[in-house]
Amino acid sequence: MAGIYLHIPFCRKACHYCDFHFSTSLEKREQVLQMMQRELEQRSGFFKGVAVSSVYFGGGTPSLLSGAELGQLMELVRKNYAIQNDAEVTLEANPDDLNPEYLAMLSQSGVNRLSIGVQSFRSEDLAAMNRAHSAEQALSCISDAGDAGFSNISIDLMFGWPGLSMEAWKDNVKQALDLPITHLSCYGLTVEERTALTRKIAAGEIETPDDALAAEQYLWLLESAETSGIPWYEISNFCREGFASRHNTSYWTSEPYLGIGPSAHSFNGVERSWNVSSNSAYVQGWERGFRAAETETASEPERINEYILTGLRMRRGLDLSTLKSAFGPIVHDGVLKRAGEYIDSGALLHHQSRLAFTTRGLLFADRITAELFSDPV
Amino acid sequence: MEHIRNFCIIAHIDHGKSTLADRLLEYTNTVSKRDLQAQVLDDMDLERERGITIKSHAIQMDYELDGKRYVLNLIDTPGHVDFSYEVSRSIAACEGALLIVDAAQGIQAQTISNLYLALENDLEIIPILNKIDLPSAEPELVKDQIVDLLGCKREDIIPASGKTGMGVFDILRAIIDRIPHPQGDAEAPLKALIFDSVFNSFRGIIAYYKVLEGEIRKGDHVKFVATGADYHADEIGILRLDKSPRDVVKTGDVGYIISGIKNAREVKVGDTITQVGRPCLNAVAGFEDVKPMVFAGIYPVDTDEYEELRTSIEKLQLNDASLVFEPESSAALGFGFRCGFLGMLHMEIIQERLEREFDMTVITTVPNVSYFAYLTNGESFVVNNPSDFPDPSKLDRIEEPYIKATIITKAEFVGSVMGLCIGKRGEIVNQSYLTTDRVELIFNMPLAEIVFDFYDKLKSISKGYASFDYHQIGYRASDLVRLDIRLNSEPVDALSALIHRDHAYTFGKKICEKLKELITRQQFEIVIQAAIGAKIIARETVKALRKDVTAKCYGGDISRKRKLLEKQKEGKKRMRQVGSVEIPQQAFLAVLKLD
Repeated sequence: MAGIYLHIPFCRKACHYCDFHFSTSLEKREQVLQMMQRELEQRSGFFKGVAVSSVYFGGGTPSLLSGAELGQLMELVRKNYAIQNDAEVTLEANPDDLNPEYLAMLSQSGVNRLSIGVQSFRSEDLAAMNRAHSAEQALSCISDAGDAGFSNISIDLMFGWPGLSMEAWKDNVKQALDLPITHLSCYGLTVEERTALTRKIAAGEIETPDDALAAEQYLWLLESAETSGIPWYEISNFCREGFASRHNTSYWTSEPYLGIGPSAHSFNGVERSWNVSSNSAYVQGWERGFRAAETETASEPERINEYILTGLRMRRGLDLSTLKSAFGPIVHDGVLKRAGEYIDSGALLHHQSRLAFTTRGLLFADRITAELFSDPV
Repeated sequence: MEHIRNFCIIAHIDHGKSTLADRLLEYTNTVSKRDLQAQVLDDMDLERERGITIKSHAIQMDYELDGKRYVLNLIDTPGHVDFSYEVSRSIAACEGALLIVDAAQGIQAQTISNLYLALENDLEIIPILNKIDLPSAEPELVKDQIVDLLGCKREDIIPASGKTGMGVFDILRAIIDRIPHPQGDAEAPLKALIFDSVFNSFRGIIAYYKVLEGEIRKGDHVKFVATGADYHADEIGILRLDKSPRDVVKTGDVGYIISGIKNAREVKVGDTITQVGRPCLNAVAGFEDVKPMVFAGIYPVDTDEYEELRTSIEKLQLNDASLVFEPESSAALGFGFRCGFLGMLHMEIIQERLEREFDMTVITTVPNVSYFAYLTNGESFVVNNPSDFPDPSKLDRIEEPYIKATIITKAEFVGSVMGLCIGKRGEIVNQSYLTTDRVELIFNMPLAEIVFDFYDKLKSISKGYASFDYHQIGYRASDLVRLDIRLNSEPVDALSALIHRDHAYTFGKKICEKLKELITRQQFEIVIQAAIGAKIIARETVKALRKDVTAKCYGGDISRKRKLLEKQKEGKKRMRQVGSVEIPQQAFLAVLKLD
């Protein structure tokens, strides 16, 4: 498995909580897309012959792309990389962009999976988040997508948002689970530094999120998604059987991925690198013929820690036998020893050579993961 | 003897002492420019980072002027009030001093107190106006200050720039022309003043001295008067950039002695070296045993490292005789050591050296000064630890050390400086204008108030334009109470502080707030209380952490997240579990950072 990620760094409007790289100025759009085409050509040797099983348009707002723009990018992807016939091609979309004509164009371009940023079905939340769409659009776009032939649809929801009561959250989840979707991503709100949300909380315009309520919302979600046949397969991701995001799964299974566009990250199995998080610096770099990026080769303890970190995100858990064969029995025994107290307390499950979080453990995944990390040499 | 000049440099921190010293070494070809690390005289890493000279050193330069060859001994002095005794001994070894004043910043309190020390020792003062090339320099104004202070002539002041090298030759000439050569009876029995010592892991303690009378020869059987111990002078010599062995060091000159001494406590700054066979009649006057001013507990974060910590502190003491310690135990922290320091900077340096040089992770408890407790039954004892504070019902009175504090600041900050000092229980003794814009304020204050956050606050309210110096002036009875901190009802003795009753409520409230900020949320609620005896005077709550899980972890998040969690794991190693609560290392010093 291998995946290509294309970052479309533009949005019409900035969501208050978002700290991803994007620009609301569409000025450089043409140049950025042109340079992304160049990057696709220049880095065609990245996978060294390994077939690409997923293509992912993320952002930003990829649903800002016109049919022509998307078509050009797809054409270059197909031309320069060995794309499997059944490859998963996902595009992140805002509900307000998904009118029937646009959906038809996406389908024609080869997009076969939609990831729709719904966030909430309540207009007061959408307004507070500064989302561009309405609650009605969130619902209508999903049926329109079905009409356009999309059978693999994911939606995003957010919990822990200030003012989102337990009842409101239950309503959101119930509505989502009733929709013809195959996949659900639910993110607990993280108040990131340098976002409008942080400023608004500091200024008292938005109340401080209540993490006790968020924890309750998460637990309720895990349970009701399970009973509705869309169980969790990763900390924030749920799917019907066979519909796990192939692209995102490659991040958690240490598969290689190529990131195209400003701020996009790549991993070739050994080193991680990331393009500059500035549209103009990205463009300037490629105009002069080089890739403005940073590279980092993880040390062995760091690779072990990344393996633990990503493995534990998945419901099937950390594969201890692979850990042992890749990093040796001492590392394996160390992890298992440190896991001991969490296995005893019921936060982790040790089963068939795998270590996985229980529902209880999930709530404190970060600190438990840190405890399992290898000790620095 | 006529060709020797012994001098030191008096300067405020940042006024360019080290840079100018480097220039002197360079212009006398003592070091080549290429070898000149930024500040040659400060050779500990820690010193270079902090930009201050912690331990004084000496260096000899050769210089030829008007056809005559001279030997110039530069004796470097520490630049912080914590080390004022060492400064006084260095000054006592000199005949002259360069007074370096920053042309932009003017004269500072510490400069003045060291200058007075130099004048008391009859040193010839050569005033130097440094950093004359700075755009913000106000040479005429600062010259006025210097003339006022020294009663010298304006033309005696040498304009200089350590950065460009301007004035350095004038300074060298002035050292030779103006500073008198040392005097002393060359035929008399040996009498040498120890003004510093350093630890060398191969050679043991190296003592630096100035020969006041007689001479010292290699192989001499010598005695250190104050300690009474005698040694063989295995190696003697003079101090170039490195040690330069000699057979004899004569009257007036500055040198070193190596005699196989392993413990710094055997070499006391201010002590006298003489010969066993032909001792001098009187020792050098002014010897004092340095007493610690500030006490704090040092505990290993990991209780298993107690013995290792003991070994490390013992090793540190080998080259820092001013550090004293004794074992103590704390209900909260287990076994550790109560250590005595010269001051807060000294305490920070010790903590840092333990971490850097010995790889120890330690907790330093709330520092306090030394109190005298008098009981109603007539008993009295020293209190160096809040847990030794007697039961109030048995206490007749408690006395705390007072200091005389000298602060020099700009006129516009007088109001806020006064406010700060009075808030710290200071009483104004005197206020005088040094110039129209510079005011000297003198306060009597409890030493304990200086120990906490005084110096940082002084700097911040005066935007850096205040300098500060102090001397202890004895003890006074005070209404002190012990403020205890409880976490989930468990008293944490390491967080207790002795404090004036009038300040207890405000202090208790602030410390609870600060601890709330520093203690990370755990999976249960943590109640922080401040109490005097059984009475709770302040309370804060750290809410339970209900979830700790990252929502998104995709391609770009993995290495960032990994680093974050690695840091978190590392941070946890620096926490100490007290009862069920994990307390970060820095929380134990939270009292020092109250606003």
